[in-house]
Amino acid sequence: MPSEIRSKAFDPWKETQDYQCNHLSAGKYGATASFVGTMRDFNQGDDVTSMTLEHYPGMTESYLDKICDEAKQRWNLLDCLIVHRVGDIHPNDPIVLTVVWSAHRKEAFDACRYLMEELKSRAPFWKKEGLTEGHRWVDKNTPG
Amino acid sequence: MSITVKFFARLREQVGTGDVSIDTAKNVQSAWDQATNGMSMPDNTLCAINMEYVDSTEAVSDGDEVAFFPPVTGGCYAQ
Repeated sequence: MPSEIRSKAFDPWKETQDYQCNHLSAGKYGATASFVGTMRDFNQGDDVTSMTLEHYPGMTESYLDKICDEAKQRWNLLDCLIVHRVGDIHPNDPIVLTVVWSAHRKEAFDACRYLMEELKSRAPFWKKEGLTEGHRWVDKNTPG
Repeated sequence: MSITVKFFARLREQVGTGDVSIDTAKNVQSAWDQATNGMSMPDNTLCAINMEYVDSTEAVSDGDEVAFFPPVTGGCYAQ
């Protein structure tokens, strides 16, 4: 599966290496572009101590797969991967990983950006931040 | 048959439940009205039927799953 939801911490570098070893043919890919989103300990001027990521089971997975399929139709890609956290997250934990493999760098860069931007605008995830005092829902993502 | 209505994130907290079953609804807006006992729908609410985005005017059928949620905020929030 090109996309996965994880409820526990993951290592984006190991995920990339494992997927590449298991799904890509050596010698065929010349470009690997990846993006890792990591939880910050600040947002909008406040200290953020934790975060809970909620999703819509079924719909979220379906949209991540759709976004991967769209990227493969739009660019000449060998493969792509999305891994996204849900549940309780702490500062410095990886939240999201997007990786694209292609023969040439332009497709890899462009498609990797596309995966992230589409994911942020369409995949049903919601963030709730834990602050020093209380919690708050994140109302909108910052622009890319 | 019945219609399952789901709420997520902030809307779930505002409505007070994540899951409601209603007998029938002519469209998405009507499903919201019944499931929330007439609460007004926030302007930026996103709607889905059977896990596909739709407008609030979309017709609802028996057995559908109708979902309401705020704007999505996945991925990182890095600028």
